[in-house]
Amino acid sequence: MFQLLAPDGSATGAGELPDADTRLRLYREMRRARHFDERGWVLYRQGRLGVFPPFGGMEASQVGTAAALTADDWLFPTYRDTGAALTLGLPIARALAYWRTSPHGWAMPENLKVLPFYIPIATQYPHAVGAALAEKRKGTRNVAMAYIGDGGSSEGDFHEALNFAGALEAPCVFILQNNGWAISVPTRSQTKATNLSKRAEGYGIPGVRVDGNDVLATYHVTREAVERARRGEGPTLIETVTYRVKPHTVADDPSRYRTDADNEGWDAKDPVLRLRTHLMAEGIMTGESEAALLKEVADEFEAALKEADSYPDPEPAEILDHVFAEPTPQLRRQREQILNEQGSSEESA
Amino acid sequence: MTATVSKTDTKTMTMVAAINDALDLALQQDDTVHIFGEDVGVMGGVFRATDGLQARYGVDRVFDTPLAEAAIVGMGIGMGLAGLKPVAEIQFAGFLYPALDQVLSHLGRYRHRTRSRYHLPMVVRAPYGGGVHTPEQHADSPEAILAHTPGIKVVIPSTPADAKGLLLSAINDPDPVFFFEAIKLYRSVKEEVPVGDYRVPLGKARLVTEGDDVTVICYGGMVEVAQKAAAAARTAGIGVEVIDLRTLVPLDTETILDSVQKTGRVVVVTEAPRTGGFHSEISATIAEEAIECLRAPIIRVTGFDAPYPPFTAIEDVYRPNAVRVAKAIKAVMGY
Repeated sequence: MFQLLAPDGSATGAGELPDADTRLRLYREMRRARHFDERGWVLYRQGRLGVFPPFGGMEASQVGTAAALTADDWLFPTYRDTGAALTLGLPIARALAYWRTSPHGWAMPENLKVLPFYIPIATQYPHAVGAALAEKRKGTRNVAMAYIGDGGSSEGDFHEALNFAGALEAPCVFILQNNGWAISVPTRSQTKATNLSKRAEGYGIPGVRVDGNDVLATYHVTREAVERARRGEGPTLIETVTYRVKPHTVADDPSRYRTDADNEGWDAKDPVLRLRTHLMAEGIMTGESEAALLKEVADEFEAALKEADSYPDPEPAEILDHVFAEPTPQLRRQREQILNEQGSSEESA
Repeated sequence: MTATVSKTDTKTMTMVAAINDALDLALQQDDTVHIFGEDVGVMGGVFRATDGLQARYGVDRVFDTPLAEAAIVGMGIGMGLAGLKPVAEIQFAGFLYPALDQVLSHLGRYRHRTRSRYHLPMVVRAPYGGGVHTPEQHADSPEAILAHTPGIKVVIPSTPADAKGLLLSAINDPDPVFFFEAIKLYRSVKEEVPVGDYRVPLGKARLVTEGDDVTVICYGGMVEVAQKAAAAARTAGIGVEVIDLRTLVPLDTETILDSVQKTGRVVVVTEAPRTGGFHSEISATIAEEAIECLRAPIIRVTGFDAPYPPFTAIEDVYRPNAVRVAKAIKAVMGY
């Protein structure tokens, strides 16, 4: 398993570390992600955010991989990948709106090719193959990256996508976040396999296994995979070995299916603290500069929250919008029905 | 828009040739059109609908995929997101089922789930229906599943000219379209088909024959069956109006209701299983909108609630034929 930083923050020597600015940037992104996750819990309990799947503890897995992309690349996130989407540039207010089930969180910004979080499991893997192939046909060097969990690697779509990407040489990077749990089912019950990156072999593509709590390592291997794809050398599967410290969603009770013994040792592998220890030891960050960074991160979040609060609720008839480019006669009539039932005098579309 | 064509601008074609002609034109007109599926490239498709296209447009534009329907549709979704116009072929409609998750979870709702930030101008072609003694699972008619899925348009031509005109409209439509082609009609009918760009708009039914007594509503492979029954009825002095829906979504309720108001009697014909079929949707629509015009109960002539039988000797029991339709016409007349 590839690792650049040991849990105590020291370099393993397995490869060159990125420059200090990049390490700081990755730290900032992990802090932004963690802040979203932590504030999200509070907001949920206050009734200001809907049910969302937390990702705290998986910041290195998400930030290190997404940070290897540019804004011209595609990102296909699962519901647990808010951290990855934020890293690519999804505004925090949009992410909040998505988890508030506001349509303002659905559209995704025009300057990014990040898709709304996918709820079905593994279905976005073939989409990434198609987007990657389209970029190749258009002659760009853009790549598509898709995320999945260990449970998702049991789905047929996962296997079909890997096979298609290999056969059609699509510039794709597949991230398999092995976080130990598919809701209540541990990986050992999910599959007999113990090294999921080896699944790539069956499709003739490279598979890489990386410490998913080491952001320098996830960034390193993902950058290599992205560059490979850009050079036209085809897809890569990256298994990030991490842990879902938190419940499946904020509404889930993991005490029904896992014990303290299961969780043991993972706090010590905390990805944010690991890089923090490293940056402090190297003198790249000081207590003072970190305090400033944390304040910036918190201020950015509160400003975004204010923006999300300002988004108006949707109108009832909006549920019939965006089904087709032009509404069918049936949709027009159903719209009239909603407007009538709402007692609204609004003009029908 | 329907292009105006003079007699000299046509060529005699089978339905499969007309489909090939439409695909050829689409590839020629627009670089973003890409055709893919199992065996569509070198071989030109099991029915030869894509014959010669790879040779003409190259392996990047017309290509064979590995054998996996979910990935064919799923990959097409990604291609559509990234600005291409994917035209996928599912070898038989009965092989569509592994891809239904992609269709139901994504293809139909992408525009909605991104508030039109993305849309999927994708066409999925699939041969469907019985009447030619195919092996097991090759004759299914799953159109109701698609028509029931929000965000999906469903097109089923019954003539060569319509096949060309509707397919070009489907490929140029901004939304996902399922295009079902009746296997029975691929080579059994020939007619004059306009050459060059020729479009038949989606959402407009075709009046096949006019009559004052009974409306027979059908589409695809059932149109010729209904026409035979109508011809027989005519000799018995019954005026039958045959309506070919052409598209199930959008549905042309106006043409249906106009006819029902005139005739007051309705027979709906499909070869799909009976329960929950699109024929039921048509019947319910008429009952809601025009029950005061009805002089008899609506009769559905359909397949049965059993898998389509691959038993040549008795296939005709399952698939509606002109005799069954004629009986239904008699029944609504005699009510």
